[in-house]
Amino acid sequence: MAAQINETLETAAGGELAGAALGTTVSASPTTRRSGSWLSWIVSDDPPGRALLNVTLLVLLAVLLFAPFLFPGTKALGVASRICIFVILVASYDLMLGFTGIVSFAHTMFFGIGAYGVAIMLAKGWVGWSAVLLGAVAGAVVSMLIAAVIGLLSLRLRTIFFSMITLAVASFAQIVAEQWRNLTGGEDGLTFSVPAILKPGFRLFPDPVMGVMINGRVITYYITFGVSLVLFLIMLRIVNSPFGLVLRAIRENEFRVEAMGYRVVAYRTWVCIISAVMASLAGGLMALVLGYNGPDATLSFSLMIDILLMIVIGGMGTLYGAIVGSIIVVLAEYYLQNALNAMSGATSGMPLMSALLHPDRWLLWLGILFVLIVTFLPQGVVGRLRGRR
Amino acid sequence: MSRQWIGQLNRWAPYALTPLVVVAALPAIGPGPWVTLTVAGLTMGVMLFMVASGLTLIFGLMDVLNFAHAAFVAVGAYIAVTVLQPLAGWTNELSMTLNLAALLVALVAAAAASGALGFVFERVVIRQVYGAPLRQILITIGALTVIEQLVIAIWGPQALPLPKPVMLRGSVFIGSSSIETYRLFALCVGLAVALAMHLFLTRTRLGLVVRAGVEDREMIQALGYHIRRVFIGVFMAGTALAGMGGMMWAQYQAVVGSQIGDSMTILVFIILIIGGLGSVGGCFIGAILVGLTSNYVGFLAPKLALGSNILLMALILLWQPRGLFPITEHH
Repeated sequence: MAAQINETLETAAGGELAGAALGTTVSASPTTRRSGSWLSWIVSDDPPGRALLNVTLLVLLAVLLFAPFLFPGTKALGVASRICIFVILVASYDLMLGFTGIVSFAHTMFFGIGAYGVAIMLAKGWVGWSAVLLGAVAGAVVSMLIAAVIGLLSLRLRTIFFSMITLAVASFAQIVAEQWRNLTGGEDGLTFSVPAILKPGFRLFPDPVMGVMINGRVITYYITFGVSLVLFLIMLRIVNSPFGLVLRAIRENEFRVEAMGYRVVAYRTWVCIISAVMASLAGGLMALVLGYNGPDATLSFSLMIDILLMIVIGGMGTLYGAIVGSIIVVLAEYYLQNALNAMSGATSGMPLMSALLHPDRWLLWLGILFVLIVTFLPQGVVGRLRGRR
Repeated sequence: MSRQWIGQLNRWAPYALTPLVVVAALPAIGPGPWVTLTVAGLTMGVMLFMVASGLTLIFGLMDVLNFAHAAFVAVGAYIAVTVLQPLAGWTNELSMTLNLAALLVALVAAAAASGALGFVFERVVIRQVYGAPLRQILITIGALTVIEQLVIAIWGPQALPLPKPVMLRGSVFIGSSSIETYRLFALCVGLAVALAMHLFLTRTRLGLVVRAGVEDREMIQALGYHIRRVFIGVFMAGTALAGMGGMMWAQYQAVVGSQIGDSMTILVFIILIIGGLGSVGGCFIGAILVGLTSNYVGFLAPKLALGSNILLMALILLWQPRGLFPITEHH
């Protein structure tokens, strides 16, 4: 059966995403290769690829690992946490978009559900880690159920139909969050206090380590980093399992997979559920990092646009693209504004040019980059660097 | 016998749904506000139809779902502001003729600008993603972001006022219920557009080609028609209609913000899903139904108002999974 699936993947070179697909599919048959090294085991025998990409990703990983020491300061730490969380959010979206070929606009809804799970528990008088865990689990379960219902009801239909339905459902979720004031705090959201050791005032050691005080913020960052890393590796394992292979085959030729006897709807629904649970856990982390949750923080449609930007820039169907994409877009969000500000000042003589370079227009430039990438580089940065095509 | 009955019922029920909603709302609301709300709902419906009909035709003909359609709504609305500002003399005059002339100029300008932009958009963006649904969704979402940001860069981030012409500001009274004059005007324009579209599709040769193309694209190509060329025309007409819808909507709200397209996107998608993707008739009925439900529910249970259309969509999909008036499936 696996051989047939592989054949489906290899004959699908004419498919629309073939450029992105082939980079991963050829080497990815889990039954044929099992090299022994533990490092290879950790990345599920699916290392990033060429040397340049390996080195880049290792450097990025090291930078994230030592971020609190390399870039002290609250803002930089916030940026690093955001990157870690978005890596999970985007990688879980990639399970659907890049690996299975499903376009959902409800991914932020699951993100929001996870965040509200933790936020509601902590804001309604529960304290400590049990509340955090309970909130995260509750959020994940709710996400799971909603994903199962949406998947079973609408994944039988065409791609476009599913994306329209998810768009409607996501906007409904946003309305519920804004209207159900008693539970969600409405548009103001919920502010709550995190467990004691995550508070900025907490000191793990009395003295600074390597010049940096290990306070609650740093601990929060390392929890975020660790959870994100583990979740990412789990997802890497999933896409390189026989299950992941079937998903890719569905993306390339669903009729053939159905004809081989796989239940396409079941596989699609499962991937939606997995992806929703991952997004919801990322949401829980977001709530912990912010100490706050509201509709704009985790549910807004502009977040969905961010996710799409990240996944397309990084590269669909690679999973590693999530890392590159998140870093590029989050950094752009925070620092492109400064660059634009400078350029806008330099062009103040030309009104339209100056308006186009206004710091608030960073999304314009990312949008243009997005369209250009979809047009000329559909495999994204990582897909291109893997370069097997 | 009874099976025949059920068959008949299923065939006519989609048509009967809208009148049923209107009649059922009467005892729940009371006659006075009911008239006001019904007119308001119909007006909203025809304005939504202007935006949605273009999208559904574009989808039906070429299997292209343009997520950037909302951007053309915004372009139409902002063009209306630019055109109506120098025409303030006409809109402030106590003369119905001058007022209507100003609005007509704005309407034509909005349609022309978004139609022209639609032409460029089809050539530059849509053209390269025919038959690739995934890339289509992505690239049109990206384009939506770009156009929205350009609109903000050109017209500024703050909402712009768009006062109604003086003669269209008040209300007329029918019995005890008041109806805004502008709504009557918008209703007339919307119905005229719908009628013109109906006549075009059913009475002209080109309309026949378009309808046939929606049913079976390959057959039309086999008969020697250049479907791409027809499609460019339909795409431009669709975006021009979206611009007109945006202008009418913005004038109705008397203010234009950059969010104008976003708020409409979801409603328009709901209409497309309710009516059956690709069906113009279904789109009209869906639009009216959405307009009426929003107004009725907004009156009866204001908290539910925002979500009511999504609930409506869910109910209709449970009953008719492919929408009220599905067209024949093609790939």
